[in-house]
Amino acid sequence: MSEHLVGTSHLETAATAAPERRERAWARPLYLLLALLLACALPWFIYPPIALDILCWGLFAISVDLLLGYTGLLSFGHAAFWGSSAYITGIVAIETGMPFPVAILLGALAAMVIAVPTGWLAVRSTGIYFAMVTLAFAQMLYFVANRASGLTGGENGLQGIPRPFFGMELIETEAFYFYYAALPLIILGCFIAWRTVHSPFGRVLLAIRDNPARARALGFDVEGYKIVVFVISAGIAGVAGGVFSSGHGFASLNDLMWTTSGKAVLITVLGGIGTLWGAMVGSGILVTLEDYLTTLGFEGIGIVTGTMFIVIVLLFRRGIWGSVQQAWHWALGKARLRWG
Amino acid sequence: MPETTLSEQLPAGQTGTPVLEVSDLSAWYGEAQALRNVSLEVRVGEVVTLVGRNGAGKSTTLRSVMGLHRHISGNIRLDGQDITSRTAERRARAGIGWVPDDRGIYASLTVMENLTLPPVVDRDAAWSLERIFEHFPVLHTRRNFPGTKLSGGEQQMLAMARPLRMGAKMLLVDEASEGLAPVIVTQIGDIIREIKKSGVSVLLVEQNVNFASTVADRHYLLAEGEVVESLGNDEFQSRLEELLHHLGM
Repeated sequence: MSEHLVGTSHLETAATAAPERRERAWARPLYLLLALLLACALPWFIYPPIALDILCWGLFAISVDLLLGYTGLLSFGHAAFWGSSAYITGIVAIETGMPFPVAILLGALAAMVIAVPTGWLAVRSTGIYFAMVTLAFAQMLYFVANRASGLTGGENGLQGIPRPFFGMELIETEAFYFYYAALPLIILGCFIAWRTVHSPFGRVLLAIRDNPARARALGFDVEGYKIVVFVISAGIAGVAGGVFSSGHGFASLNDLMWTTSGKAVLITVLGGIGTLWGAMVGSGILVTLEDYLTTLGFEGIGIVTGTMFIVIVLLFRRGIWGSVQQAWHWALGKARLRWG
Repeated sequence: MPETTLSEQLPAGQTGTPVLEVSDLSAWYGEAQALRNVSLEVRVGEVVTLVGRNGAGKSTTLRSVMGLHRHISGNIRLDGQDITSRTAERRARAGIGWVPDDRGIYASLTVMENLTLPPVVDRDAAWSLERIFEHFPVLHTRRNFPGTKLSGGEQQMLAMARPLRMGAKMLLVDEASEGLAPVIVTQIGDIIREIKKSGVSVLLVEQNVNFASTVADRHYLLAEGEVVESLGNDEFQSRLEELLHHLGM
């Protein structure tokens, strides 16, 4: 990808950057620090398994956003990667007793391998057809997992997944400590997504999203780029799915269900398409709400989440985080006008 | 313009060599035939226009040459090599640059990103950023602005600068003067002449025949998907009134 920046000279320096960019340069480390502090503090305020769920679903939705928000591809079969990684992570941990981060990374790798043929076929279509092809693959995997009960436990799922971690019993048994042991993997997934978006490769993805024919005429192998981002996205979804199955100690057919893909899309839309971090906000709201309603014994969770989805789509097209960002920039602009 | 005059303006060894040769190009949109056996050629450092009414097939010719319209028959050669079966991205990498009628600026990217993101396909031919900014000073001023914040003229300049930065040797320009103020059209004309001087060839689709006559060496007249006449610029200028009447402009 280096050729894309050949010849970028001294002309593009911090000194010539627009004021907005300079502001972002100092603000970014601050936001990052705040996000890290929040992530570290989360299990002190929320039941640790729920806190872990927020991060897992958030990372999963980030992987969906990488496709939807930055490449213009709506994958409705991302459960294939979340679920396959959940199973592979479990199988590796049960069969080999490897430390859980290794099992999760192997799960993510397996998801990426599965994504190669899936992506190769799916990126040849766009819009609703892309969504349908990805959904079809996920459903295929669902039925394969159901039939291969010797390996996956079939309808009973894969139960009793251990989380070995160099004999550190607290991490292996306590959800609170496991949260902190798994946090670096979530951060790794977020970093990969962030790096992808903020690289020349990510800029090409935006170009493809905005107008694929134009990108083609500029010499970009549109299908090639789409396959690569699809595989990266699958890997991130795999990390999330692996952490999720390790954290809960089981992987089930539900992880491969279309409803799981739908939930990830819902979280992405809720947080804000194309905002990346909005996915974490959406996940925080949805997972907490689901947990709260379950505790109350309310059974119509789908009615509540469905209503939320409709309200967000109709009234807040940018999602929650996108709307907050817009309001912040508006307020900042007003303040500048008033006080210079 | 007579060929001898053109040859005098070109660097040694580049006289009259065809860069782009299109033979018997036909194109369809479903059942409807948009182009019928269009044949044309563009030589090194030459500016050639495609002139015609709306729906004559001008943009379809450009899109077919770029590889964006695939329902075609005929033959397209670049530097003597058959590129008919190549995809648009491979044609771009072979040196064809595309300046679409909507300018094709990426709104989500800054001017600098719009310029530096596309691959450099020919390092020797590629214009450096310094050279780009020398010829398009407004782009230097606006380099950190997003594409959406540019005026129509600035967008047109960026659209033309981008393939030059890539090192394209054959520019396909669709309606360069459309919707621009006269002073900007004059600037665009100067830029096209500058591009021509550097040895880059230009195939220009243009409805503004007055503008076309100020920048082009030769003209092809298209009507109902066919080339009806091929004229040098001198003849084009002398028959301007007749052509305007013929084209219904």
